[in-house]
Amino acid sequence: MTDAAIAVAASAVWKFHGDYPALRDIELSILPGQCVALLGRNGAGKTTLLRIMAGLSSAGRGTIRIFGNPVRERETRRRVGVLGHGISIYDELSAIENLRLFGRLYGLANPDRSANEWLERTGLDRARNGLVREFSRGMRQRLAVARAFLHEPDVLLLDEPFTALDDRAIAVLQDVLRRAREQGRTIVMSTHQLREALDLASHVALLNRGKLGYFGERTPEMLADTGWLYRHYDV
Amino acid sequence: MNFLRQSLTIAAKDLRAELRTKEAIQASLSFALVILLLFSFSFDPSEDEMRALSGGLLWIVFAFAGALILNRTFAREIPNDCLDALVAAPIAGAALFLGKALASFILLFVMELVCFPVFGIFYNIGWTAQFWPLMLVLVLATWGFTVIGTTFSALTVNMRLREIMLPLLVYPLMIPCLLAAIRLTSQLVAGQPLDPEVMVWMRLLVGFNIIFTSLALVLVESVLLG
Repeated sequence: MTDAAIAVAASAVWKFHGDYPALRDIELSILPGQCVALLGRNGAGKTTLLRIMAGLSSAGRGTIRIFGNPVRERETRRRVGVLGHGISIYDELSAIENLRLFGRLYGLANPDRSANEWLERTGLDRARNGLVREFSRGMRQRLAVARAFLHEPDVLLLDEPFTALDDRAIAVLQDVLRRAREQGRTIVMSTHQLREALDLASHVALLNRGKLGYFGERTPEMLADTGWLYRHYDV
Repeated sequence: MNFLRQSLTIAAKDLRAELRTKEAIQASLSFALVILLLFSFSFDPSEDEMRALSGGLLWIVFAFAGALILNRTFAREIPNDCLDALVAAPIAGAALFLGKALASFILLFVMELVCFPVFGIFYNIGWTAQFWPLMLVLVLATWGFTVIGTTFSALTVNMRLREIMLPLLVYPLMIPCLLAAIRLTSQLVAGQPLDPEVMVWMRLLVGFNIIFTSLALVLVESVLLG
C-alpha cells in the first residue's frame, strides 16, 4: 500500500520530554474511513501523539505522514481538523466572527455560508451574533465542535472530546462524528470515556507508558466489557 | 488565500478583539501619559534643553508603554488554547507573525500619536515643523520595535513571568533602533531637517528593520512549534 493511501502513518515516532521518552517507537497505519479510539491511562502519551499528528509539536525521532505528506505541509493541514483540550475560540468575538475567521484561514470558498450552516447544525444559529464570553459552557463547547469541523476535514484529531461536555454538546458531537464516519472521514480520538469511544470506533490503539500496546479492530469483548482491554493488556 | 490576506485576517481579528476589551491600548496609553506628566513635573528644562532631550524622553516612554501592548500580542492566544488552532490552520507561520505584528504596530502607532500632542502641551514645544519626516521616523522605529517585540512575545508566550521577560529580552536588542530613533526624533522636534549627518541613523533604522523582519519571518515557525 502506498503512503498516500494511508490516512495517518506513524513511523518509528519517539518524543522526549527532557530525558523521559513520552512516546517510544510508535508504528501506526490508519486507513481512510477508520475511526480509532486512542486509549491509555493518564500520561500514556495520547495527547503527545495527537499533537504530533496535528502538527502542533514535532517528533523527537521518526515521522508522521497524513495521506503521504508531512503534517506541517499547508495542504495537509487543510485536510485535518483538530479539537484539543481547549476550545480554541475567541471570547471577545461573536460566534459567527469566530467561525468566519477560521473559514477564511482555511481558505473556504464561502466562509459566511459554511459558518451559518455549522451554527445551525450545532444549534447556535440564534446566538450567532452573541459574544462568546457571554455563552454558557455548553454553547462554547458546541461552537468549538463547529470550529473543528467547519472546513469538512478528511482527518479528525480529537483529544478527549467528550470530557466536560454537557448532554446537548455530547449529542451534537456524537451526531457529527457518526455523520463523519458515514462520509468516510478518518477519526482519531483519545478519550477516557470508553463507552462513547468504543461505540463509535472501528479500531482501538492502546498506549502504555509511551508504547503502543495494541492496535487493531475493536472486538465484541471490548464493547461488552469496557475494562476488558486494560485488564487483558495489563495497562 | 494568499499570504497578505491571511496576515490581514489575523491583524483584523487582533484589532477587533482589542477594540472590544481595550486592555492593551488603555493600559499603554495611561502609562505613557502618566510618565509624560511626571517628567514634566520633575524637571524644569529650558526650551532648547527640552528639544535636545525630546527624542530620549519620548522613546523611553514609547518603549516602556509599548511593552504593555507587545506583551499581549501572543498572550491573547493563551485563553482557550487559541494558538493551537492558529498553528494547526493552513497558514504560514510568517503570515501569522506578520498579521500579529501589523495589529501591534497599529496599536503602538496610535499610542504614540496621542502622546505627541500631549508632549507638546506639557513641555510647551511646537513639534510639527518637520511633521512628515517625523512621521516617517515614527513609522520606521515603531516597526523595528514591533518586530522585535512580536518575536519575543511568541518566544515567551508560555513563560510564567513573560511580562518581565519580554522587556528584559527586547530592550537590549532594540538599542540600535532606539539610538537611531532618539537621534532622529530630537533633530526633527527641534525643527531641523534631516541633513546628511543624521541620515546615517535613518539608514541604520532601515537596515535594522530589513534584517530583523527577515529573521523573524524565517524563524517564527520554529519558535511557534518549540
